[in-house]
Parts: sequence; C-alpha cells; structure tokens
Amino acid sequence: MSMMKNVVGWFDDRYPLTKVWNEHLAEYYAPKNFNTWYLMGSLALLVLVIQILTGVWLAMSYKPDAELAFGSVEYIMRDVEWGWLIRYLHSTGSSAFFVLIYLHMFRGLMYGSYRKPRELLWIIGVIIYLAMMATAFFGYLLPWGQMSFWGAQVIVNLFSAVPVIGPDLGVWVRGDYVISDATLNRFFALHFLLPFVLAALVFIHIIALHKVGSNNPDGVEIKKGPKGNRWSDSAPADGIPFHPYYSVKDIAGVAGFLFLFAAVVFFAPEMGGYFIEHPNFEPANPLKTPEHIAPVWYFTPFYAILRAVPSVAGSAFPGVVAMFASILVLFFLPWLDRSPVKSIRYKGSLTKILLWLFVIDFIVLGYLGTQPTTDLYTLMAQIGTIYYFAFFLLMPIYSKMDKTKPVPERVTE
Amino acid sequence: MSADGVDLKKRRSLTLATSAVGAVGTGFVIYPFLAAWGPSEKAKAAGAPVEADIGKLEPGQLMRVKWRGKPVWVVHRTEQNLQDLPTLDGVLLDPASDDTGQQPEYCKNTNRSIKGKYLVAVGICTHLGCSPTYRPEVAPEDLGPEWKGGFFCPCHGSRFDLAGRVYSSVPAPKNLEIPPYQYLSETKILVGADGGAA
Repeated sequence: MSMMKNVVGWFDDRYPLTKVWNEHLAEYYAPKNFNTWYLMGSLALLVLVIQILTGVWLAMSYKPDAELAFGSVEYIMRDVEWGWLIRYLHSTGSSAFFVLIYLHMFRGLMYGSYRKPRELLWIIGVIIYLAMMATAFFGYLLPWGQMSFWGAQVIVNLFSAVPVIGPDLGVWVRGDYVISDATLNRFFALHFLLPFVLAALVFIHIIALHKVGSNNPDGVEIKKGPKGNRWSDSAPADGIPFHPYYSVKDIAGVAGFLFLFAAVVFFAPEMGGYFIEHPNFEPANPLKTPEHIAPVWYFTPFYAILRAVPSVAGSAFPGVVAMFASILVLFFLPWLDRSPVKSIRYKGSLTKILLWLFVIDFIVLGYLGTQPTTDLYTLMAQIGTIYYFAFFLLMPIYSKMDKTKPVPERVTE
Repeated sequence: MSADGVDLKKRRSLTLATSAVGAVGTGFVIYPFLAAWGPSEKAKAAGAPVEADIGKLEPGQLMRVKWRGKPVWVVHRTEQNLQDLPTLDGVLLDPASDDTGQQPEYCKNTNRSIKGKYLVAVGICTHLGCSPTYRPEVAPEDLGPEWKGGFFCPCHGSRFDLAGRVYSSVPAPKNLEIPPYQYLSETKILVGADGGAA
C-alpha cells in the first residue's frame, strides 16, 4: 500500500494526477436524480472511441484512390481477416453516434440544459454536432459507390449555389471541376483528421460541464441548494460522486447499448438501406445518377428543408441558407427560451405539446428527406420547415406566455 | 521586476510591430495551404475536347460522352420532338435561351443546337449537379399528361424539355448547359471546341 502511495506521490509531485482524478471523477458531485437520458453522453463517447479504433484499422487496408477505393472496401469485406466486422462496426457506429447525439440533444431540450449558466456548454455541443456532420459527410464519399459520389456531388454543389464566389468555392472544395480522385483523396485526409478534432472538442465540452456542473431532470441548481452530504460537508446535499455511482451506472448503460449495437452489426448492418444505401453497392459512375438519391438518414431532416425551399430569382441559394439556418438556430437556443423554469417537468402544457410536435416534425422531415419529391411531399416538407423554424423563433413568445408549475427547492427522487 | 527606466511607449510600439510582422507572416504562410486545395495543373489540363461518332444513333436514342469528367448527352430527336418544342414555350422558364451563359451564341435558337436533329448538352442538372434521367416517352404516368419527352432530375424533381430548357417552378434555375461543339463530318462531332465559332 505504501509502495502504491509512493508511486502516486511521485507522479503527484510532477503531474496533477490525484487532483484531476478527484476533480473530474471521485469528487465531481453530480445530481443524484439522473435518469436513463443521462447515459447518452457517455455512450456517445464510447462510440467515438469505437469509430476511431475501427477507422484506423480500416485505413490500414483502404485505398483513397478513385480507381482502387471501391475495390479496397470489397477487399476489406471479403479478404481481410475480420475485415467485415471492423467495417460493419464502423458503418453501424456512425448511425449509432447520430442516434445517441440526437437523444442527447433532445435530453438537453427537455430539461433546459442549455439555460444559464450552461449556454457555452450547449454551444460547444452544437460545434461538436457540426464537426460530426462534417466527419460523416467526408467519410461517406470514401466507399466510392454511386450514392457516395452523387451525395457528395449534391452537397458540394450547395457551396456552388452561394452567389458570386459560389462556383469557385465549389471547385476549391473539390480540387477539380467534378468530384474526382483529388476530392476523394482530400476527403480521406479530412475524415482521418476530424475525429481527433472531435475528441479535443469533447474534452472541452466536459471541462465546460465540470465548471458549471450537470443539470438534471428537475432543472434545479444543486450548487445553490443546501450543502453537505455523506462524503463532504461543502459538497451539494443533492450531489453524489460521479465515481463510483455514475461510472458504474454508465457501465450498465454500456452493456445495454452494446447488446443493441451488436444486434445491428450482426443481423442488420445495412438496416434495410438506411445505414448502408443500396446504390452504394455499385461503383461510382460520373455519367449516371441513380434513380433516386437521398443522404443517409441522419442528414435527411435537413435535406428535406433544403428541398422544401423553392429557388428565388433563379438561384438555389435560399434553400441552402434555410438548411444551414436550421442548424445554426441551435446556437441561439439559450437566449430564445424565456421560460422562468428550465425543465419540461415544470413547464406548461403548451410547451410540452410544442416540444412533442417538434419531435414528430423532425421525424417526418427525416422521412420526407429519404423519399422522392412529389407535390404532396413537397407541401408537407414546407409545412414541416415552417414548424421547425417557428418552434425556435417563436420560443421567446410562447415560453414566456406559458403557465409554469412551481419548481421544488431540492431535486425529486 | 522593476519598471524603472523602462520606456513603456517604445515597448508598446515594439510589441505592436512584432505582432504585425507575425500576422503578415502568418498570412503569407496560410496562402500556399489554401491554394493547394485548388485544382492541380493536371486537373486543369484534363479539359481536352472529345470526339463522338453519332452516325449509329437511332431517332429517339441518347448517347453519353465523357467530357471534363462530366456526362455530355447527344440525343437524336425525332421530327415529332422538334415540332413539340415550340408548343412548350409557355411552361418554360427561359424558352428563348436568353441566359447567354448557358449556350454558345450559335445554339441560341429554338432547338438549342447546330443541327435541329441532334441535341448536344451537358447532362448535369443546373440545380445541384445530379445527372437527370432521359424520359423520351410521351405522357408517362409519373410525369403527367402534358409531358412531351425530356429529362427528369431524380434528385430534386427538376424537369427539362428535349432542348434542355428548364420548366418553370422547378428547383433548377437555368437551362441545361450546351457545351461548345462542332461537326467534323456528317456523323462525327467534337465536344469542347468549336474552332472559335463562338
């Protein structure tokens, strides 16, 4: 024991080992009333680790060359020992990552986790979400299938729709006048780089979280409540140490998650064409667009918004603006919500209804984004787009107007 | 540390000058990194014209030629197609091809071509760059009874007629691009060069 102490002591004199352990784990007091929604963050971190690990392994056999890329993916699937597993872990991982992040964001939306003093925490989160989307987009080109090629073609052309500088910007992003070998090669480099940027952003996200402390389903600030618990007289009475209480709870969450994750990896890695789209089993052909193209499911709500906006004065730019605005509006959420309470538990029925309608709206937009356009679907997407923006932009009015319930002094069990 | 005898004004201006030089240097260093993303000399040189033999193209048929990495269509239009074109003017956005950027001067006509029979067009939708599908059939179920043949973009539903002219109220803002081209003989065309005819 004293030997161990000596070793730790040697490090502590040279590196804040025990200090960091205590500040972020053993003596980080999190509210005691966390529920299942509070597993998503740590699970997302697990998936990031899975993605980096499997991604690096894939990169050992993958060739970022327009002539070789498609074949090298098939080589991984057929000839590399366990290559199929590593690739399916990676492809399923990307969808799982978005599932978890959407649930994580919804949790924040429900419990007001973006409200003061957590505005910056939320903003860092939105930046992480943007970085994730960029990473996923770059990665999707790499198999060099039909959907990879034409998906990238459409998204890069979004930049070309910017007035004046657009066409040059598109060429600059592609490194060529069309999606080509140059584009594939650079997307590979960026897809390799960005996950490490993501990891750094996650680190910053956690540092910000530990500065302000975790929110909870009641939206009660435990730091403002009474002090003193079993472990410390100065710690919040409603807090429990993250380790071992939540670290162990998270392990239980990991077990449950991996159960579902493995089921998809082994039994439905393509998920009926939603996780791996069918046209992507055909090599990229620059002369022929597939009959129907759609992005992967996690981009489709925004894709539906893009298609819902008609072009104005011969420019597709308004649709592009609407699509980016639908994500950027999230940055302003902390200042759009004027409700006197944080958590949905103490908000009125108006906010509850509008929030659930928003969930339905997001899912409907997501579905419409996967479908070919028809007059009816375009109309539905337009209504959905209007609701999407109204939910955020009218929030200062309805959140103030809505009746609230009294918030308890302490967290509830 | 003592601040005696320190010329703060001089120190501040030196700090400022150092920062300014650093910023200029950073600017110079950034440029090569940004410029490296542009098309390489090799990519720029790949725009050579291509020949296409259109002699075997039957009426109603479409062939694809790859030019600058893009699909270029050659369509052999029927007499009926050519008669149908002017009747569509009312539902088109730019029926007279007034947008001069979308075709060479010698193709600014009803058929948007040098010879009425053959349409030569870049098969890339002017909306977001998908390649529309060739739909020559008249009044198919999904495109409606008014459809006289043309191109339908599967990505966002844009429609073009058999001269590559865009319908109004679809996402695509412009007519399909007509590349520069010329006839080398009755049955051979050169896409990408027009001998300076434009």
